[in-house]
Amino acid sequence: MNRPIVDARGLHKHFGALHVLKGVDLRVAERELVFVIGPSGSGKSTLLRCLNRLEEPSSGSVVVDGIDMLDPRTDINHARQRIGMVFQSFNLYPHMTALGNVTLALRKVAGKSRASADALGKAALERVGLADRAGHTPGQLSGGQQQRVAIARAVALEPRVMLFDEPTSALDPELVGSVLEVMRSLRESGMTMIVVSHEMGFARNAADRVVFMDEGAIVEQGPPAMIFEHPAQERTRTFIGQIQRH
Amino acid sequence: MIQTFFNLEIIAASWPIVLAGLRNTVLLSLLVVPLGLVGGLILALLASVKYPVVRWPLMAWVDFFRAFPPLVLLILLFAGLPFAGLELGGFVCVAVAFFLNTGAYYGEILRAGIDSVPAGQVEAARSTGLSRLQAMAYVVLPQAVRNVLPDLLSNTLEVVKLTSLGSVVAVPELLYQARQAQSITYNPTPIVVAAIVYFLMLWPVVRLLSRLENRALAGRY
Amino acid sequence: MRGNLDRFVDTFLNTKVMLKYLPDILSGVVVTIELALLIVVTGIAAGLALALLRSLGIRPLNWLIIGIVDLFRSLPPLVVIVLIYFGLPSVDLSPSGFVSTWLSLALVLMAFAEEIFWAGITSVAKGQWEAARSTGLSFGQTLMNVVLPQAFRLTIPPLTNRTIAITKGTALGTVVAVTEILGQASSAMSNSYNPSPLMMGAAAYIVLFFPVVVAARWVETKFAWKR
Repeated sequence: MNRPIVDARGLHKHFGALHVLKGVDLRVAERELVFVIGPSGSGKSTLLRCLNRLEEPSSGSVVVDGIDMLDPRTDINHARQRIGMVFQSFNLYPHMTALGNVTLALRKVAGKSRASADALGKAALERVGLADRAGHTPGQLSGGQQQRVAIARAVALEPRVMLFDEPTSALDPELVGSVLEVMRSLRESGMTMIVVSHEMGFARNAADRVVFMDEGAIVEQGPPAMIFEHPAQERTRTFIGQIQRH
Repeated sequence: MIQTFFNLEIIAASWPIVLAGLRNTVLLSLLVVPLGLVGGLILALLASVKYPVVRWPLMAWVDFFRAFPPLVLLILLFAGLPFAGLELGGFVCVAVAFFLNTGAYYGEILRAGIDSVPAGQVEAARSTGLSRLQAMAYVVLPQAVRNVLPDLLSNTLEVVKLTSLGSVVAVPELLYQARQAQSITYNPTPIVVAAIVYFLMLWPVVRLLSRLENRALAGRY
Repeated sequence: MRGNLDRFVDTFLNTKVMLKYLPDILSGVVVTIELALLIVVTGIAAGLALALLRSLGIRPLNWLIIGIVDLFRSLPPLVVIVLIYFGLPSVDLSPSGFVSTWLSLALVLMAFAEEIFWAGITSVAKGQWEAARSTGLSFGQTLMNVVLPQAFRLTIPPLTNRTIAITKGTALGTVVAVTEILGQASSAMSNSYNPSPLMMGAAAYIVLFFPVVVAARWVETKFAWKR
């Protein structure tokens, strides 16, 4: 591929004696939607969190949009504006309104004026279909709405790539659809996305590439049709089989 | 008994002294409460650093000043320091003693508050590019304070009551003035008046605290 | 530089003076411990009694209890001590400094203990009461066997903290001539015109209370309830 927007090489991560990532390489092109699947404990979340350095890799390199994320001289706060992250437990700030959540970083990191931040914030909320809830606090929103606000919070900073760490795993089934809708529209607008999730239906329809991880390493990767219908590796086949049984 | 404890003449005569004492108690409180809060905040922020190397001595400091009776600390500063050639006035001694003592208590409370904010909050804030300090200031601290507000209020109440210790080192706050008036008139009425003033001043806070604590409990079940 | 350090040690850590007044400080320690134990036992017992009375639900009684509790939560302990020691003689009651200090601090601890016990009792869910009573247990039996054991867990951390804070107040006894640690140290200091006794006194307080504070911290974590 041409210069990948995310270029991670040889990532290792140890948590004490536990070797969670064993030399992972991941290259993601612009506008690609990469879906990462695998059993729990396979290191998927850790890999994602290494990309914006929420997790400090034990060794390896991570370059996102030309910025060396692991270089101590890099302004990590500035770099993180280019990477949006959405968490399984939303992590919205309970003491602020939806608009407040979205505009905080705009004001404090991007240095926007309150008026300009509010305008951008409202636009982001509009994009996720929640412009009318701008004044609500997280406690007044459903799980699906909270997650969409969390997406707006990340999107408002105009990131070059977005990371989704099990975005729908904590949601009641009937609320999952609204979040996937937003993710679909993001993809259509050309956002580069790396998604760790169990939503196989979404992967089948929207993903460009599916990466299967197990025990800290990438076992196999390829187009969704290939991974889901004709996986080359035994372990992949076992995992897919287990998933489809549900 | 009224003549002894509620002697109107004496109340009238000693009223100005008592009032001056009340004014000083209020001023003293307005000084030492923020001082203690600042001290506590510094301690709590230092404690939020993850390295045990920092956490252990910090906890030792906090436990030391929670174990040390404030009056002893006050006397040590007031009567002990002059032997080292340092003559701090009663007022300064009170300020320093309170900073050390109440700072430790506020520090504990704020530390517990900061610990009670889920780690995901900091992660979300940092993932949007907020620095460690910004995340603390805009995301963690507002939630931390909200979580421990009853404890903060309760401790502040204690600090205001503690100002009465100033009377031992001749700081002219309410109790000191009352005792002066009592020794001049040989009548305990001024002290009763001071007690009533303290009660009227602090009882609303006590009531408020009771209600806050009960509401917090109701939320738990 | 050497000279300054020697002078400091000579002034504040003067072995001759410290040895001379060590017995006084030690007798002060005994008095402090006596006072502290008395306060803790009577204060907590009284607080528990008030909380149990309050659980009977008799309105006028509750108002009286709340009134008393609010009173002793609002007044600075030193004010209560001074009021009792200097005030009561006017009605022909002359409590000693020791008794005044004990009484005042016990009353203050009683007030705080009552609130803490009450909070513990009320936080045990109503369902527990209903379940127990429906199986035929009497009010007293329910209280003793079902409610109090659960309330106990909740009350330990705040109770230990509050008790420590109040028993440190034994130092206030100095103001009314109680011969506890600070009192002894202060007189020794003026008699010898040297602050070493005060340093010894401070050390005595630390030796007494620091382990208690550390133990309380450990107790807190043990009884910490899950959020």
